[in-house]
Amino acid sequence: MGQVSNERLLEQTETVKEMIQTCIQCGTCTASCPNNEFMDITPRHMWRLLLTDHADAVFSSKSFIMCSSCYYCTLRCPRGLELTHAMSLLKQAASKLKLKQFQRSSLFYEAFLDSVKKHGRVREMEFMTNYFISMKNPVIPFAYASLGLKLMAKGKVRPEFPFGGKGKLTALFKKVAELEG
Amino acid sequence: MKYLYYPGCSLEGTSAEYDISTKVLLESVDIQLTDIEDWSCCGATAAESQSHLLSYVLPARNLALAEKMNSSNQILVPCSACYLNLKKVEEAIKKDKDLLGKINTVLAEEDLVLKGDMIVRHLLDVLSKDVDIEEIKEISHNKMAGFTIAPYYGCQCLRPFTVFDDPEEPHSMDELIRATGAELFEWDMGGQCCGASNTSTKPEAGMALVGKILKAAKGADAILTVCPMCQMNLESSQKKISHKEGIDLEIPVLFLPQFLGLAMGKTQNDVRLDLNLSNAGKLMKARV
Ligand code: SF4
Ligand code: SF4
Ligand code: SF4
Ligand code: SF4
Repeated sequence: MGQVSNERLLEQTETVKEMIQTCIQCGTCTASCPNNEFMDITPRHMWRLLLTDHADAVFSSKSFIMCSSCYYCTLRCPRGLELTHAMSLLKQAASKLKLKQFQRSSLFYEAFLDSVKKHGRVREMEFMTNYFISMKNPVIPFAYASLGLKLMAKGKVRPEFPFGGKGKLTALFKKVAELEG
Repeated sequence: MKYLYYPGCSLEGTSAEYDISTKVLLESVDIQLTDIEDWSCCGATAAESQSHLLSYVLPARNLALAEKMNSSNQILVPCSACYLNLKKVEEAIKKDKDLLGKINTVLAEEDLVLKGDMIVRHLLDVLSKDVDIEEIKEISHNKMAGFTIAPYYGCQCLRPFTVFDDPEEPHSMDELIRATGAELFEWDMGGQCCGASNTSTKPEAGMALVGKILKAAKGADAILTVCPMCQMNLESSQKKISHKEGIDLEIPVLFLPQFLGLAMGKTQNDVRLDLNLSNAGKLMKARV
């Protein structure tokens, strides 16, 4: 893994390991996953790696960030494991440990939540702009440019935030951070 | 009938036509909506990827605000992602009192209390269960006869909470579509995933899923959706994907209430077909 030791990763993935204890390696999750062809390690294999304490291998792969939360695996797992949630916990761990290879997704989520914290609601333009600035990647915005233009042409991108009420959720965010430590 | 209404961020921005057509349609079947006062974002999938507690607190704030209004105990939600998040809290606090306590510790910062009296309903749940289908039939007079329509449900109104439909083979839109005189397009992609935000963050993977859905829809006159992100994904890249796949995959994509509204005599302007990114107007052009 380089940046973070396997021990540190194991610490962060303990909850996930507990959650999937009873996995029988049947492969239903992999077969159900719409994104499996874009994953270098299949979901079934990922659970196996976690159960055998190879967290470093899990985080060397980008499989879990491909999860689009479709809940098929959760629905179909014969052991009733909450696999979509397990994927989210891995995303949380990657973001907490500030792992470089997941920076792009983490920044996306951070920019989003930042907008929520400030305004109470998502201000799409601001969120996208923050995201691009924090990515410092001048090429990526072009991928969005065409969608952005389409939305603008329809008057759907509002530069001004609609009212937004008292909005600001800073106190809530702070309290959550306090409780989660 | 009265419901509290949680529009969610997309409906006041990029999916205004979903908001407008939902209101227009529900009004014509005598359903009254009242916005949850001072509602805030449910956190989408972003909160869950960053903090466990936050992913409960953000939707919970809205449930607490709804309880405070003392009107209906049912919240109607058109966005599937919002629905899932709000529902998640409704379900979790029934069993996990410890979590409820934590949520309330945080909500106390805003002098809010969550009791757990609210029932969260997806728009499709309400349309398929609470609305009299005969009324839709009567008013629409087979207006949509001749069209073949593909219902697209996506994921999060069906799974993981299986409240009003079969999570593998959804059918709740069938009767609604037939009630307008239209024919149902038979396909098995209705409950498949469109890739959610992968289309933005991992375009290659996202586009592949959308491509599969659009290809399967060939032969239908339109696709109907019940989620702003599904709608955006299915509409926004049709040209690009057609080009990549080497076949014409362009097809009108409408929100379910837009389609039902049109069937029930509302104008294209009433349901704001002009705001759709796909060529939704084409569907009705064939009519006049
Ligand atoms: S479906 Fe469930 S039991 Fe089967 S491999 Fe996946 S996690 Fe394990
Ligand atoms: S929830 Fe995620 S991991 Fe599970 S099947 Fe869907 S995309 Fe794959
Ligand atoms: S899921 Fe999307 S639309 Fe719904 S409240 Fe969250 S950000 Fe807004
Ligand atoms: S189809 Fe896509 S956008 Fe719609 S609910 Fe599923 S993941 Fe979300």
